[in-house]
Amino acid sequence: MSWNDKRPMSPHLQVYKLPLTAFVSIGHRATGIVNTLALVLLVWALANVANGETGFALALLQSWFGKIVMFGFTFTLYFHMCNGIRHLFWDAGLGFDLDTADKTAKLVFAGAAALTAITWIVAGAA
Amino acid sequence: MAEFKLPSNSIVTKGKFYPAPDGATNTRKINVYRFDPDTGKNPRLDTFEIDLDNCGPMVLDAIIKIKTDMDSSLTFRRSCREGICGSCAMNIDGSNTLACTMAISDIEGDINIYPLPHQPIVKDLVSDLTHFYAQYASIEPWLKSDTPAPPDSERLQTPEDREKLDGAYECILCACCSTSCPSYWWNSDRYLGPAALLASYRWLADSRDDATGERLDDLEDPFKLYRCHTIMNCAKVCPKGLNPAKAIAETKKMLVQRRL
Repeated sequence: MSWNDKRPMSPHLQVYKLPLTAFVSIGHRATGIVNTLALVLLVWALANVANGETGFALALLQSWFGKIVMFGFTFTLYFHMCNGIRHLFWDAGLGFDLDTADKTAKLVFAGAAALTAITWIVAGAA
Repeated sequence: MAEFKLPSNSIVTKGKFYPAPDGATNTRKINVYRFDPDTGKNPRLDTFEIDLDNCGPMVLDAIIKIKTDMDSSLTFRRSCREGICGSCAMNIDGSNTLACTMAISDIEGDINIYPLPHQPIVKDLVSDLTHFYAQYASIEPWLKSDTPAPPDSERLQTPEDREKLDGAYECILCACCSTSCPSYWWNSDRYLGPAALLASYRWLADSRDDATGERLDDLEDPFKLYRCHTIMNCAKVCPKGLNPAKAIAETKKMLVQRRL
C-alpha cells in the first residue's frame, strides 16, 4: 500500500512477534520461490546430462555443493507439499482451531524433515 | 508491492527515561511509543519505570498510572476497562491485545507498548481508524430483507440458524485482528481485513438476510477477500476468542458452492 499520509506509520514487522503459523505462511511463499528457481536449475542440469554432455552439469550435481543444494531443494519441495495439503484442509473449512493450526504447523516441519530424510536414505541405498 | 521498512518520518528514536519514585523496590520498565504531532519530530520510545506495589494488575492500570503520576501528556484510548469496548487495543509485548485484559504479570521482562501496527498515528498510542471503520461500513452491516417484518413480533430463527451466528456477532471492532495481519499491512487499501470480513460473514450466515447473493458478488474480487492467506494472526490475537480466518474460509466456500 502506498503511504501518502504525512503522519508516521506505526511499527509493524519491526516490533511484531510473529506466531508459528505466520512463519509457516512465510515459509510456504519462500519455499515456493525456491522451488521454482531450483526446478529451472534442475531441468537445465538434466537436459545437459541427457544431451550426453558429461561435463559441468553432471560434475555440479555430483559435487558436495550440488548435493547440498539438492538436499535443500528436497526439503523445500516437501515443505511446500505438506503445507499445500494443510491449505487443502483449510479450503474445506477444516483445521482452523488455534490448537489444530499450531499442531499442523509443527507437522509440516516434521513431515518435510522426515520425507527429506527418507528420500535421501532411499536414494543413498539405490 | 509490500513495503517492509518504515518511512523515514516513522523511524522510532530513543526517548526519555522516567525513573521510579525513590524507595520503590518492585519496579518494572515500560517502553512506550510516543509521537507528538506538534513538534514535527520522529516518534520516540520513552521508558517509564513504574512501582508495581502501587499499581493495578493490568497493563492499562500501568498506562493510567504513567499518565497520572509521570507524564500527563501520554495519550491513549480507553473506556470500559473490562474488554467489552475495544478502545484500548494496542501492540503489547509484540502482539495486539487489549491493555485492560492483559495482565502485567503475564509479560516477562520490560514491557513494550506500541500503537496498533501499520496505522497512521494521530498521537502516541492513538491511531487513525477512519479507514478501518469505512471498511466495516462498506460491507453494509445490517439486515437486508425482501419481506416486511412481521407486524407483531421479531423475525424469528430456529435455534440451529441462530447458532450459526455464534462466533461471528461478538466482535467489538477493536481492530486487533486487522492490524495484526501482514496481508492487511501490505494491502489495506484494497483488502478488507479480518474484522470487516468476519462482520460480513455474520450477515452471510444470517438466515433472515436475503442479500447473500449481492454480498458475495461484492466480495468476489482479487483483493477484498482473497488476500487472506490463512496466516492466522487474526485468530491468535482476538481478545474475544473469535476466529476471523475460519469465517473467511467459510465465505470462500460459499463462493465456490454457489457455482456448483
